[in-house]
Amino acid sequence: MKEEIIIAGFGGQGVLSMGKILAYGALMNGSEVTWMPAYGPEQRGGTANVTVIVSDKPISSPIVDSYDTAVILNQQSLDKFESKVKPGGTLIYDPYGIHRPPTRTDITIVPVNATDEAIALGNSKTYNMLLLGALLKVRNLIPDEAIIRGLEKTLPERHHHLIPLNREAIDRGKKLVK
Amino acid sequence: MEEIKLMKGNEAIAHAAIRYGFDGYFGYPITPQSEVLETLEALMPWETTGMVVLQAESEVAAINMVYGGASTGKKVMTSSSSPGVSLKQEGISYIAGAELPALIINVMRGGPGLGTIQPSQADYFQATKGGGHGDYHLIVLSPATVQEMVDFVGLGMDLAFKYRTPAMLLADGIVGQMMEKVRLPEFRPRRTDDEVRQQCPWAATGKHGRKKRNVITSLELESAAMEKNNERLQETYRKISENEVRFQEYYTDDAEYLIVAFGTVARIALKAIEEARESGLKIGLLRPITLWPFCSARIAELSKQVKGILTVELNAGQMIEDVRLAVNGSVPVYHYGRMGGMIPTPGEIMDAFKADFPDAVK
Repeated sequence: MKEEIIIAGFGGQGVLSMGKILAYGALMNGSEVTWMPAYGPEQRGGTANVTVIVSDKPISSPIVDSYDTAVILNQQSLDKFESKVKPGGTLIYDPYGIHRPPTRTDITIVPVNATDEAIALGNSKTYNMLLLGALLKVRNLIPDEAIIRGLEKTLPERHHHLIPLNREAIDRGKKLVK
Repeated sequence: MEEIKLMKGNEAIAHAAIRYGFDGYFGYPITPQSEVLETLEALMPWETTGMVVLQAESEVAAINMVYGGASTGKKVMTSSSSPGVSLKQEGISYIAGAELPALIINVMRGGPGLGTIQPSQADYFQATKGGGHGDYHLIVLSPATVQEMVDFVGLGMDLAFKYRTPAMLLADGIVGQMMEKVRLPEFRPRRTDDEVRQQCPWAATGKHGRKKRNVITSLELESAAMEKNNERLQETYRKISENEVRFQEYYTDDAEYLIVAFGTVARIALKAIEEARESGLKIGLLRPITLWPFCSARIAELSKQVKGILTVELNAGQMIEDVRLAVNGSVPVYHYGRMGGMIPTPGEIMDAFKADFPDAVK
């Protein structure tokens, strides 16, 4: 098993931390992982993306030409990465703010209304966990227990009381997948 | 106890320095390696192992603090990124001239000048050909994984003490910023003052019954004596070249073509090669691990087997000069590089290969 994933959106949406929790979860599940950010002069509102590779064999390149799965959170990222999903791959996107939706017919396209759900939940910080839930529902990469262990490893201990909230957001995210 | 963690290469360096029993870190922040200093400050080793962590007022100050610490036989290091490492060159030359061990880390970013903060390998010349003034070399280690960021911190310092010469860990920004699985080594205690005196009889640790005092300097006003000092240095470099060449090979057994790449770029090239092999293209990969001393002998051997060599680097073509010297004209050697912080994909590397070797894909 090898899954090459890009998560892309605005800085501040939790793109890098979503990738880190996914990567740590996969590591806890015994997989090899790489987490490679497109690092730059990051700021809230700028673009941010991270490539996460999960594999049961050692990973050569952390940089790839195309992706098995893309999780896309804004129009710029959709414009940039829609064409880079491998044929037969998966594109998960949040339709909020998207005025040119994806058009490819050779990939699975999954809209996930995570912004609306985060507003309904009244906690915008759960946004990335809703999308992580959707990703795990669509691509059965790792069991929930491993993701929770990934959360435990990623969050500093003073924030561990937030783990149940994050877990709930992951579950709600799964339910957003139709 | 051995621990498996997910962390950035830069963070891994900080953990490694503490666990390998280093005595001091002196640095000044610069992207893309600021996490080294940040992580050390968060881990607060001065409260556990007694390791000193100091943010100096500048890169020049930091390297001279390393010079001072190394003079007393302590395991000391600094880290920076390209523009900051340029500032350190005078100090590095002094440390080499005074025959002192130290570890210098360069997590390279795009240049010249302030350049960009994205990954680069454009400091290959600076690291392997001197950098500062005078006839000296650094032992230059090139990590390709976060695990090697850890391992080479230990190896670099061990080699620096073995040969009493500064070592450099030359990483690209990719391996500094990316996260992967890493096994942290067990804690090694810092050396006691008695152990330092025993193991480093040259160090400025006080006379303690010795008849002569140890003087640490790179200055020698007598030309004849200075030539002797140079000859001693050259003898050290000869021994290092003989004993410490390190490299790694993939698919070279049956290779008809060879790609030579270092650092993370070697991993991108490996993926390109694995994909090319599925279509029957027999390409091998040679990854130099020590950039100085360079694996010239092995490249010369492989040049008898292959029809051509491509070097892939994040620069305009620097290591290619050493590859060409090793090959000495026997087969064509081409270069593919990206600059200014751009990173090639496996597909782009293969496109470059096919453009340079059209016969290979006929």
